[in-house]
Amino acid sequence: MRVNGLARRLPSIGTSQIVALLVILAANWIVSPQFFDIRMQDGRLFGSLIDVLNRGAPVALLSIGMVLVIAMRGIDLSVGAVMAICGAIAASLADSHALPVVLAAALGAGLACGLWNGFLVAVLGIQPIVATLILMVAGRGIAQLITEGRIVTFTSPDLAFLGGGSVLGLPTPVVLTLGMLVLTLLIVRGTALCLMIEATGGNPRAAALAGIGTKLITVAVYMWSGLCAALAGIVASADILGADANNAGLWLELDAILAVVIGGTSLFGGRFSIILAVVGALIIQAMNTGILLSGFPPETNLVVKAVVVLTVLLAQSPRLGGYFAGLPFNRPKP
Amino acid sequence: MKFKALLLATALSGTLFSVGAHAAELTVGFSQIGSESGWRAAETTVSKAEAKKRNINFKIADAQQKQENQIKAIRSFIAQGVDAIFLAPVVATGWDSVLKEAKEANIPVVLLDRDIDPSGKELYLTAVTSDSVAEGKVAGEWLVKAAAGKPCNVVELQGTVGASVATNRKKGFEDGIAGASNVKIVRSQTGDFTRAKGKEVMESFIKAEGGGKNICAVYAHNDDMMVGAIQAMKEAGLKPGTDVLTVSIDAVPDIFKAMAAGEANATVELTPNMAGPAFDAVVAYKAKGTVPPKWIQTESKLYTQSDNPMAVYESKKDLGY
Amino acid sequence: MQSPDPLAAPAATADPSPPLLDVAGFSKSFAGFVALDGVNFTLRHGEIHALLGENGAGKSTLIKAMTGVVQRDGGTLHLEGEEIAPRSAAEALKAGIATVYQEVNLAPNLSVAQNLFLGRQPTRFGLVREREMRRRAEALLYEFGLAIDVGAPLESYSVAIQHIVAIARAVDQSARVLILDEPTASLDAHEVEVLFAVMRQLTARGIGIVFVTHFLDQVYAVCDRITVLRNGRLAGTAPIAALPRIELVKLMLGRELSRATSARPMASAASVEPPVAVFEGYGKAGYVAPFDLSLHAGHVVGLAGLLGSGRTETVRLVFGAEKADCGTARAGEGAVAVGSPREAMRLGFGYCPEERKTEGIVAELSVRENIVLALQARRGPLRPLSRREQDEIAAKFIRLLDIRPPDPSRPIGLLSGGNQQKALLARWLATVPRLLILDEPTRGIDVGAHAEIIKLIRDLCAEGMAMLVVSSELEELVTYADEVVVLRDRAHVARLRGEEISVPSILAAIAEAPASAALPA
Repeated sequence: MRVNGLARRLPSIGTSQIVALLVILAANWIVSPQFFDIRMQDGRLFGSLIDVLNRGAPVALLSIGMVLVIAMRGIDLSVGAVMAICGAIAASLADSHALPVVLAAALGAGLACGLWNGFLVAVLGIQPIVATLILMVAGRGIAQLITEGRIVTFTSPDLAFLGGGSVLGLPTPVVLTLGMLVLTLLIVRGTALCLMIEATGGNPRAAALAGIGTKLITVAVYMWSGLCAALAGIVASADILGADANNAGLWLELDAILAVVIGGTSLFGGRFSIILAVVGALIIQAMNTGILLSGFPPETNLVVKAVVVLTVLLAQSPRLGGYFAGLPFNRPKP
Repeated sequence: MKFKALLLATALSGTLFSVGAHAAELTVGFSQIGSESGWRAAETTVSKAEAKKRNINFKIADAQQKQENQIKAIRSFIAQGVDAIFLAPVVATGWDSVLKEAKEANIPVVLLDRDIDPSGKELYLTAVTSDSVAEGKVAGEWLVKAAAGKPCNVVELQGTVGASVATNRKKGFEDGIAGASNVKIVRSQTGDFTRAKGKEVMESFIKAEGGGKNICAVYAHNDDMMVGAIQAMKEAGLKPGTDVLTVSIDAVPDIFKAMAAGEANATVELTPNMAGPAFDAVVAYKAKGTVPPKWIQTESKLYTQSDNPMAVYESKKDLGY
Repeated sequence: MQSPDPLAAPAATADPSPPLLDVAGFSKSFAGFVALDGVNFTLRHGEIHALLGENGAGKSTLIKAMTGVVQRDGGTLHLEGEEIAPRSAAEALKAGIATVYQEVNLAPNLSVAQNLFLGRQPTRFGLVREREMRRRAEALLYEFGLAIDVGAPLESYSVAIQHIVAIARAVDQSARVLILDEPTASLDAHEVEVLFAVMRQLTARGIGIVFVTHFLDQVYAVCDRITVLRNGRLAGTAPIAALPRIELVKLMLGRELSRATSARPMASAASVEPPVAVFEGYGKAGYVAPFDLSLHAGHVVGLAGLLGSGRTETVRLVFGAEKADCGTARAGEGAVAVGSPREAMRLGFGYCPEERKTEGIVAELSVRENIVLALQARRGPLRPLSRREQDEIAAKFIRLLDIRPPDPSRPIGLLSGGNQQKALLARWLATVPRLLILDEPTRGIDVGAHAEIIKLIRDLCAEGMAMLVVSSELEELVTYADEVVVLRDRAHVARLRGEEISVPSILAAIAEAPASAALPA
């Protein structure tokens, strides 16, 4: 009986997110009938659906790191600034160094930023929102120092490939995001980290008393978020063949947090889903692309966005869900 | 625009006054906003060069986008007893008291690039700024000529929603194409003045307009968005500059590179040389008491592929853009 | 309960006039848990009446029921002979019953005067008459012997003054009954004296005071009568003179003792087995005084004492949840460091904390995940238990400890307290500990589970595990402890072994008046 109840509940995990994504895609198709058209163009797939994946890649990357941080009851406001720093480093080195050096420098900088955040949170005990706010503000300044306030352009085809190239027809950013997703899933779900993160987020004191090295995991999780942000920054720079320290990743930390929340992970930590966070990022991007395709005046962009996000979040609310779920599917009582 | 004659006069008389400057070593303090954009960095570089050309002792204070830093800088310039103060105001209001102090100290103040609140008009000597409506109009008029009477669907990449520059450049462009019924704007979205957003928005325009076949021209409120849009067109298999006409504003070096490669058609310059006319006005004022008009409008110069873009690129690339 | 108390009954006959406050037959249940069971309580005019009891005895529920914060299930409340039924704290205040909590419920950033008259400021034409308010505030506080700047923000004064301001505010709103809920917990000795002076002054005006505290010395210093609650029932009421300290402690901890002692298993001499861990001069300044503790395989050491006596502090030091700043720890061959739970676990220690909800369970995770948590933590993240191993471990302990419902995937937060406790025991048993530390293992769980957990403690001990158990349930403690350490005021004050262990001997050790009669600092 109980097993039955569980089996009935399992498929419901993620349903609302998938439905929301499908509804938005359908809406896009209505405002723009060629939305689902896909063709090959110079060896890569070309179409609005591909745009959603490609443009959604940076936020999806950020959300992969962010979901782990949030599951630990933390938050990382610095990811947008870290994107700017790492993008600036990559663009500055691209024409003078080989790609492995460029990547190592940029990704290393991302890890260092994460280490700093983790140190402030885990060792000094500063509240995550304050600790990461420091780098959020200072980080953009650091990026501007690296670029000297201008847009640093590069011509290296190797780095450009990471933004504009394609692998098996898929844009490279999409492939990189998928790779990061799979890698993160392997590391988190393949080890006991998942349990430890959820336990720490769910009850940090209990987790510490059960012998979990909560500080070490906290630092590691912020570093992973920094790494994801670095990759997102590299992709963003590679995409426009230049580093724009003023604008790269600007406000994307908020989109990443929103993606995690849409993905059903509570800001109070505990249970999390990496895949649904990425779905959340795709929902946001599908909406953005839809707005661009719709031809609505740009003044309405933010209003449309707000209404859609509100609807998606309301649809997830358990209380509201209770009104709509329909009586036959009531959850089994304890 | 009624000051065009004077603009011409100041431009022509530059050399003449520089002789006077040699005689009376002037000291000018410049409270610069900061270095938030490439254009701003170029303005600083060009200002220094213009000062050197006139043998003027030039001091720059970087305010890092903060009004209080600018006020501090102006006070310190007053204390040092400079001959004139240039101010690129970060905001439009809140300058009355410090500008009064400058006026009492008998130091003329010249506003660069941006104007301030109308209540302070008598507190400064003159304002040297561009006319962003005129910039849009120049771009529009060029496109009407380039379309040569054939029907032309234009997509527009706007600046940040609500920014006055974006509003003005949109209005100016619409004025510019008003007489030509063959040229019409079919899509308009904001690209936030950035390359990344310009590229993203252009990608969706291409999809929405039949893979770009229905797009005859792109108008971007700044060159950065156009650079992004050019990338998007290339990735979609279009040939910007030939299949699709492009016109944008600012004249940053990268757009000249694109023009040299035949991927961009035209840009309207927002000159980084605001200081030059300002120096001239100050020199004339100091030497002969000539009171300049309240507004010195800089030229909105059009550059096309026929203006030797590579040479312009070389001359601009080290300005700090 | 069949209380053979000579103390409880005759209170009413002493005073012919109706009592100031008369609580009769108060009952309250929360979702099946009986918090109050037919409690009677009287407060006379001009009396300071101590309300005592261990955690969960029902003190706060009684106060909340009297002031309308919670709605009682049964019973009557009379104030000066007149029946009242307040439905909120505001209504109780209107009737004349005011409560001042340990955490002063005032606005710290407002001035003293504003706090005193918040919501009832003197006004003229709708404007607050600031000067008039300050004048009245100064006059009011003067009555309490306070001459302070009433324009300064409340937070600029000490906690004692904040309490007095709160009391003054209550009294000025014509309170006749004043309930002080642990007002002295954060005061120093001098501040306590000031507060007591104010309390005595109020009783002179006929105001009755209900005084809730954990400090027995303060009870004897200032109170007239004592009422003790235990497990939601009235344990007894007596004038202070009729209730010596030892009797009071017995009342608080319960005293059905005779049958318990005989039930003890034969306690062998303590040090037959080599010690699992030995602590010498171990302690932490301001936390718990240095102590010696020796823990042996197959032996149970019990820690007894009143709330706040240093029991939990002792076990947290032993498990490394707090770092000791003096003394040495030895385990097996030589000296070891126990600076963190992880180090303690490496030595084979396990710890079920007292605060099950905040420090034990991870409510939203399943029973299975909660059970494997400590074992997995010891293995580290890189050697995950497979799902099958997890299922086997969970199934084994669910069966062994009879955790209900036997569903390993159920979020543990949905289980009853007793079953949560069993799952936490399972968490540590899964690590096969050499030393198991249990802090109040039977707190807040139903009677059936009590018996099961006590049986489990005995079985584990018989299997050769060393155990360190904190318990307020002395009758239970004496049935399984081989050694009982008694604590008072954050120090180990007595050690009872073998035949010495009995409820009376423990009570005597707890109640023994401290050498200095000074108030606790």
